Amino acid sequence: MNFENFSDFLAMGGHGLYVWMAYGVALIVFVANVAGPVLKKKDILKKHAQRLKREKMTS
Amino acid sequence: MWTFFHKLGSPKWFYEISGKWLPWFAVLSAILLVVGSVWALAFAPADYQQGNSFRIIYIHVPAALLAQSCFIMMAISGAIGLIWKMKIADVFVKAAAPIGASFTFLALLTGAVWGKPTWGTWWIWDARLTSMLILLFLYFGVMALQSAIEDASTAAKASAVLALVGMVNIPIIKYSVEWWNTLHQPATFTLTEKPSMPVEMWVPLLVMVIGYYCFFATVILLRTRNEILERERRTNWVKKLLEKGKDKEAAL
Repeated sequence: MNFENFSDFLAMGGHGLYVWMAYGVALIVFVANVAGPVLKKKDILKKHAQRLKREKMTS
Repeated sequence: MWTFFHKLGSPKWFYEISGKWLPWFAVLSAILLVVGSVWALAFAPADYQQGNSFRIIYIHVPAALLAQSCFIMMAISGAIGLIWKMKIADVFVKAAAPIGASFTFLALLTGAVWGKPTWGTWWIWDARLTSMLILLFLYFGVMALQSAIEDASTAAKASAVLALVGMVNIPIIKYSVEWWNTLHQPATFTLTEKPSMPVEMWVPLLVMVIGYYCFFATVILLRTRNEILERERRTNWVKKLLEKGKDKEAAL
């Protein structure tokens, strides 16, 4: 461990704002990259399952 | 080799095999990124000049690396799509653009946040930064083409051409720090030389780089699979898949 205690860890030697801002944005980018296609897939499956059902009922 | 190439042409085969790869990449990238981040933030030593703001390197360098290699893969894939009319290649180009854009954005933003305490400025029109900004706009260009052109094969052709022309920018990014007198420091790592950093600094960086690439593999598979489902929705195999494993598939 490179830091004495937890508040030192948060302060990052006075650069805490920059370090945590950078890591925060990185986290958002990563989460958004996964959430986007996962939600899209649910949407696609729902949409096409419904369409399939409709087509079966009409035919 | 050629049978593999032929199989790649089959969306159904790709959808099935990628479903098997996906969890491995996902788990591997999650482990590497968590271990790498904790290591980078809490255990790596502080830089003697930059102090703790140097820890931003662990998310900045892999993002910039990935942003560029994603573009190269996109251009190669675009060329394959143009020459051999391979559907999967077209799908890859479409899927890669938004991921590449997001990592270019991350590289620029973490660079700015790093620049403030290190150089005293968030942004400067220096060759490395400007060429990375151009890379972001190239990604936006591909995304715009994809959403503006209705016909999938026309959109794929236009995107492939833009990606290939945009390749000019890649060596400019790479050599910008050598050709011009820039604020940006030269490459931290090269394949040919020994790293100029101590081991306890570069090992976590290596972990993060591999983690980023596994993450890219995970997300590109998620996106290509979605695109395949959309494009193949009229085929029997997708219909069957929709009917039987609705709940099971939705989990992935």
